[in-house]
Amino acid sequence: MKNSLRATLKRGSMAGVATAGAAALLLTGCGAAPEASTATQTASNYKGCIVSDSGGFDDQSFNQSSYEGLKKTEKDLGIQTNQAESKTNNDFEPNLRAMVAAGCNLTITVGFLLGDATKAQATANPDKHFAIIDFGYDTPITNVKPIIYDTAQAAFLAGYLAAGTTKTGTVATFGGIKIPTVTIFMDGFADGVKYYNDQKGKDVKLLGWDKAKQDGSFTGDFEKQDKGKQFTQNFLDQGADIVMPVAGPVGKGAGAALKEAKAAGKDVKLIWVDSDGFLTAPDYKDIMLSSVMKLMGEAVETVVKQDKDGRFTNAPYVGTLANDGVQLAPFHDMDSQVPADLKSELDQIKKDIASGKLKVESAASPKS
Amino acid sequence: MTENTEPRHSAATDPDPIPADQATAPELEPLEDDEAFVTSLDTAGGAMQPSAVPVSTQSGHLGAPEESESVLRKIFTGNGMVTILAVLLALILGGLLIALTDKVVGTTAGYLFARPSDFLTAVWSAATSSYVALFQGAVFNPHGTGVAGQFAPLMETLTIATPLITAGLGVALAFRAGLFNIGAQGQIIMAGILASWVGFALHLPVGLHLLLVLVAGVVGGAVWGGIVGVLKARTGAHEVIVTIMFNYIALYLLRYLLDTDLFQRPGESTPISPILDPSAVYPLLFGSQYRLHVGFLLAIAATVFVWWLLNRSTIGFEFRAVGANPKAALTAGINVPRATILVMTIAGGLAGLAGVAQVAGTEKVLTDGVAATYGFDAITVALLGRSSPWGTFAAGLLFGAFRAGAVQMQIQTGTPIDIVLVVQSLIVLFIAAPPLVRAIFGLNPRKKKTATAGASKQAATTGGAA
Repeated sequence: MKNSLRATLKRGSMAGVATAGAAALLLTGCGAAPEASTATQTASNYKGCIVSDSGGFDDQSFNQSSYEGLKKTEKDLGIQTNQAESKTNNDFEPNLRAMVAAGCNLTITVGFLLGDATKAQATANPDKHFAIIDFGYDTPITNVKPIIYDTAQAAFLAGYLAAGTTKTGTVATFGGIKIPTVTIFMDGFADGVKYYNDQKGKDVKLLGWDKAKQDGSFTGDFEKQDKGKQFTQNFLDQGADIVMPVAGPVGKGAGAALKEAKAAGKDVKLIWVDSDGFLTAPDYKDIMLSSVMKLMGEAVETVVKQDKDGRFTNAPYVGTLANDGVQLAPFHDMDSQVPADLKSELDQIKKDIASGKLKVESAASPKS
Repeated sequence: MTENTEPRHSAATDPDPIPADQATAPELEPLEDDEAFVTSLDTAGGAMQPSAVPVSTQSGHLGAPEESESVLRKIFTGNGMVTILAVLLALILGGLLIALTDKVVGTTAGYLFARPSDFLTAVWSAATSSYVALFQGAVFNPHGTGVAGQFAPLMETLTIATPLITAGLGVALAFRAGLFNIGAQGQIIMAGILASWVGFALHLPVGLHLLLVLVAGVVGGAVWGGIVGVLKARTGAHEVIVTIMFNYIALYLLRYLLDTDLFQRPGESTPISPILDPSAVYPLLFGSQYRLHVGFLLAIAATVFVWWLLNRSTIGFEFRAVGANPKAALTAGINVPRATILVMTIAGGLAGLAGVAQVAGTEKVLTDGVAATYGFDAITVALLGRSSPWGTFAAGLLFGAFRAGAVQMQIQTGTPIDIVLVVQSLIVLFIAAPPLVRAIFGLNPRKKKTATAGASKQAATTGGAA
């Protein structure tokens, strides 16, 4: 957590840091100087690098998780790291070229938008290794390892949980942009709700996504939080009391709308995605029911470690419930509000999905 | 009745000034001296006291000692110097910001009073190493492999500058005609949509294909800009609101299209178009080790074209006249609506060229980030270049250098890219406020004038201009 806090501090509020720096200069400038000779730590020559998409490393989503995973390997494995943040799609190729020029052994790229640029650099530099998050190639490339997730499995649990905890009988979800890595959450969520209805003979309604038609509510980007707020308010007006936004930072807009509703006396809950929102979006922890987690940091660590040990392969890493690559986050403060029966049912479903007894299918699931 | 006849009478006398203007127009047009013309227009607009002597000849009437002093002052208070000082000031402030956000500086500040040298060294090294990285990423990298590698950063700068220059020219041209064209973003997007579609959906022979991509892109941008011109000329709708809305329309149209099978790769559902055919992309200028493509030559050509258009052509004369004072231009017999439509069309076409540079030059695919922030950066570039063609060209290069250098700044020193953008914004801020920079460096001509008390004719005119 220290890591993520520092990252947000460093990148999030430059002005704040500048002021804090000036203040620190005045206030704490009287400390004792350290010994002049500091033992130089022998760092490995191995260099792991990362290039973000336009979301940046402070997106509280896959860029940030991957970045933190890489930063962790810096300490744990004693390797060198390098990072380049892309502000626009135009930065992808220059950033990747610069990483290759900087001598990176493994370069991790985040997101499908970097697919073409990664392919181009990987083909041009066959002796370098690459890994790409959330994207797989139709024809595998010998030096690119795709890191992909069968998120529908964990989202299925979230759907079942939401259906089992809703008071109004209506739950909702919405996405940022209609892309497979987003709709896979919504497919799994929809199936989870449906499975609950089938098992219990209930009729919990889902707003915002129609799995059969593959159509639903999308804010249009991963930036405009006010849209997320507006969507959520609409869902609340239609009777929903649990909302799962699959839109990165736009999810904060949903959180804001739900907090307002809670302040107005409504019993509403939020389901976060990608990371454990209780920890990464603590502003909303009093309404946070659970989170559908993609453990990208761990995957990045694993891939870097494998590559450093000379065990790189281009076989995709697929995160599933079975290998804990995707998970349903703990309930934290909401623990008392989830009935014990429901908890044991969720455990059973998790086991069934992991063992393959219960199939969760989505058009967006990774083909393997 | 008598009151009614009076206007008629004056209307009858009206034809008098028009032939007079028509008579002067041929006199003005062959005038090679652009400056003299602009000043005469400015005075006609009532911006300053009309002077009996043309400005260009005024300096010749002055005494020798005064002249040398005024030349010095001109250099130090001129626009060029202010631009340089603005960049300098921004670099200093940016350096301080970089230092303040640096980790080493932070730790050494902890024992500032115990060993201040550590702190100062850290500040110095944080700022300088960032700027060295900026330079190495933008102009020349001595650590590059071979001469080719050493000049790779410069090539990258030129590559990134290409769309900035052409889109900036579009904005600058509209500025000169008095129109605030905020719509370069939308024009780039429309050009990108059309050009990329021609690029990946049609399969044509080499040469013809690229030509068609180019035409499709330029036409796309020109139409998108031209519609704004028509709306402005025919209905009086303000071009700022219209261009902003057209940006949104273009962006959401693009997002919609990327969600349809027409613009997606077969069998995939991600919002990214197929890669353009090899025959549809700009050839690289110096081989595959650089990204620099033929689009840069087109950017140079576009700059020459805009310079010629503004300074040598009748249409450009009309544009500038409309920009200086539309009512006066109308009275002088210039077709203002036609000039408005035409200038927006050409501006859109220039922005369209930037769109083509994106899809056929660097990106080779269409995504919803096809225009990046170039359409808005173009406004800054045009302002920074003071809306002159070569000024815009230079400003585009400067911005391209910043963008290219930002990559190395991030990778070599870990300076966040946001800081680079802050420095860029500071430069623009200072350039947009020349009196501020003059005041900081004590170059305010008005103050100097009162200090020397020599109220010469020259000082009076510079004071008035500032």
